[in-house]
Amino acid sequence: MADSQIHEFETRQFIVFSLGEERFGIDSLKITTIDRMKTITRVPKTPDYIKGVINLRGDIIPVMDLRAKFNLPLAEETEDTRIIILKLEEISIGVIVDQVIQTIQLGGESIESASSLINSAASDYIFGIGKVDGEIVTLLNFEKIIKL
Amino acid sequence: MDMSQYLQIFIEEANEHVQSLNQCLLQIEKDPEDKKVLNEIFRSAHTIKGMAGTMGFTKMTKLTHDMENVLHSIRNDEIKITSDLVDVLFKCLDALENYVNSVVTTAGEGDKEYNNVIVSLNQILENKGTISHSPTSKELNSQTPVENDKYITARLDIDEFEQHAVNKAIDMGINALKITIVLNKGCLLKSARAFILFQTLERYGEIIKSQPLVQDIEDEKFDFEFTVIVVSKEDGKLFSKELNSIAEIEEVIISKMSKYEDEGSVHSEKEKKAEVDFKAGESLEEVTTKQAVPQDTTKQNVARKTQRTVRVDIDRLDVLMNLIGELIITKTRLEGTDITTKPQEYHETLEYLDRITTNLNDSVMKVRMVPVETVFNRFPRMIRDISKDLGKEIELVMSGEETELDRTVIDEIGDPLIHLLRNSCDHGLESIAKRKQLGKSEVGKINLKAYQSGNYVIIEVADDGAGINTEKIRAKAIETGIVSREAAAAMSQQDAIELLFMPSFSTADKVTGLSGRGVGLDVVKTKIEQLGGTVEVETSIGKGSKFMIKLPLTLAIYQALLVNVGTEKYAIPLGSIYQIYNWQAQDVKTVQGQEVILLRNMVVPITRLANSLEVPNSDSKSQKQLKIVIVRKGEKLTGLVVDSVIGQQEIVIKSLGKLLTGIKYLAGATILGDGNVALIIDVNSIT
Repeated sequence: MADSQIHEFETRQFIVFSLGEERFGIDSLKITTIDRMKTITRVPKTPDYIKGVINLRGDIIPVMDLRAKFNLPLAEETEDTRIIILKLEEISIGVIVDQVIQTIQLGGESIESASSLINSAASDYIFGIGKVDGEIVTLLNFEKIIKL
Repeated sequence: MDMSQYLQIFIEEANEHVQSLNQCLLQIEKDPEDKKVLNEIFRSAHTIKGMAGTMGFTKMTKLTHDMENVLHSIRNDEIKITSDLVDVLFKCLDALENYVNSVVTTAGEGDKEYNNVIVSLNQILENKGTISHSPTSKELNSQTPVENDKYITARLDIDEFEQHAVNKAIDMGINALKITIVLNKGCLLKSARAFILFQTLERYGEIIKSQPLVQDIEDEKFDFEFTVIVVSKEDGKLFSKELNSIAEIEEVIISKMSKYEDEGSVHSEKEKKAEVDFKAGESLEEVTTKQAVPQDTTKQNVARKTQRTVRVDIDRLDVLMNLIGELIITKTRLEGTDITTKPQEYHETLEYLDRITTNLNDSVMKVRMVPVETVFNRFPRMIRDISKDLGKEIELVMSGEETELDRTVIDEIGDPLIHLLRNSCDHGLESIAKRKQLGKSEVGKINLKAYQSGNYVIIEVADDGAGINTEKIRAKAIETGIVSREAAAAMSQQDAIELLFMPSFSTADKVTGLSGRGVGLDVVKTKIEQLGGTVEVETSIGKGSKFMIKLPLTLAIYQALLVNVGTEKYAIPLGSIYQIYNWQAQDVKTVQGQEVILLRNMVVPITRLANSLEVPNSDSKSQKQLKIVIVRKGEKLTGLVVDSVIGQQEIVIKSLGKLLTGIKYLAGATILGDGNVALIIDVNSIT
């Protein structure tokens, strides 16, 4: 599946963000907006990685802590912390990231299939590995992450 | 060409036309001479045919085409409208509705073929001998000769519809005759002779079946004999005399049909074959549906997405546009007004802004409002069918169809109302004989009334039937062990009636297809309460009963109490709040691990919201005085312990979204004045 997706497109824009030292990429077409951190209302009886809900221009949007989801140590909120709002099919969701770094253009030839590199359950979340200026960006498959 | 973008339009229009057909058919049944209604029916059927054709729904097209043929013959006075004919047309509508439903869920018309309906339609035509049609497989089957019978055509294959017609005729005291006519072997113009015979027959009765088919006879596609079933007030002798007076006839065999015969013996050995055919057909259908499943799943999403729409009066949109315009102007004015130099103007503008937002709110609500007519529409047809089933004469009087309710409420009240109407028909109204005996009019009346009262809409279902016998309810309640004999005796009239709404409570002596299983009223009550409404009953023995449903105008906005729990804010719907108390912590008792308070001699369980909602840093545990919000949970009271009460506020309810559906204790979320989100507590699920 991942392979066929990779070869389907020529060049696509990705938003690169960081969680700790690692860099991740999201297909920019799936992003509605990127917002500064705002008050999150905790929702009881939800998994740990769901931080709660926010008000985004009148819509109630659930927010996910990506560090919690990826079992990374939790981080303090800083000036750079952002919420990336994604729209995946019919579902809107916010994702908390440490910092949004840049946008990049990636073509099919600069993306490698993840399954060849990582052999774990986590590879399900990964859509491919992109290489920009010698740096490695893990391209995420958010449909899988929120289990659509 | 991709038709998916037109799917929604198709569904809406098809539904509209099916609905209008339903109404028109009911009218035409009452007044068969009304040409205007007939034309309306014709137009609707034609439109559906056209639309289905454009969308490539061939089965629907075929069905409506055949319907149209029948309607055409009716319009040309070739066929008379009878109750049976209307029955068949209603069956067509049901089939059409099923097709449309299939389109809604799968974006395709499905694999179901309503052959029996089509056959019935064609038979109506053939028996009146006007429009020619290719015979369906069923007829072809029935034409295979059976050697050992004296006259081949004397063995008739009678389908349900014809059987019904024969039975009906016999019930009405009209003769149903099976007439086999054998022509002279030397007869030259067989079809012409047959034509004369048919004319003679039709002078005295109505031909409901012919074998071979009429058009085959017209085309001379028959040997020398044919058999017809005729219903007529005249008896066999007259037919025998009249038919025998026609030249070139070898023999006329007339036998009177009885109800028994057409149910069993007629089918004889052919039944077996038919059964095999049927089975083969069935399994084929199964296979095709299975194959269809995977490709449907993708389409389903598409259809679902387009499904939830509201049709809006353009005037209402204009009002919205105007208000938005005003809003923008006011915003500009505010930007240009300096609060320090022109405080007066600033405050005026703010007031104006307040007025606009209130109007805007009302207008948006109005856009969501749909007249109850959309639900009421289908009831006349339903009552007609029920009255036929039960053998009761029922008149449904509806009023206030224009009363409007929120779309979300409208979608939900259909089922409860159907329950109540059925109850009235089945339990409420007496049989014709009983009503006569009581000196009531034979026609039972059911009043369905909707009207607005303040912020609520009231829907009443009233019948002039027997009323609710509370003695019977008490007896039944004791019998089933719901209440003790003493408790039952002490019960007030109203309390006894309330028992009706208990799950699986039924006083019906026999279970009918309609009601008596005891899964009615409690479902009605639960549903209405879910919608934030109430159900009340008024009854008077011998005079009838009235069920009143009270529904809030809209579900989207309601009054709520905002409370603090720890550092978090929650909203509790005001409608379910009974009282708020300050309670001494030491006066809280524990019964079997459950904290309770004694409120005016009532034991009321209490729940600490901080625990239920897993709120961190709540200080309610250490507080000496507890703030307890007593809420109604159905009939019972429960206390919710909060840290403090903020106040009452009008809130707009919002869904938590697809990702967070079905979270226990929560009914949704709302946005507060400061732009933050507060969660709304679902009082019914909290423990």
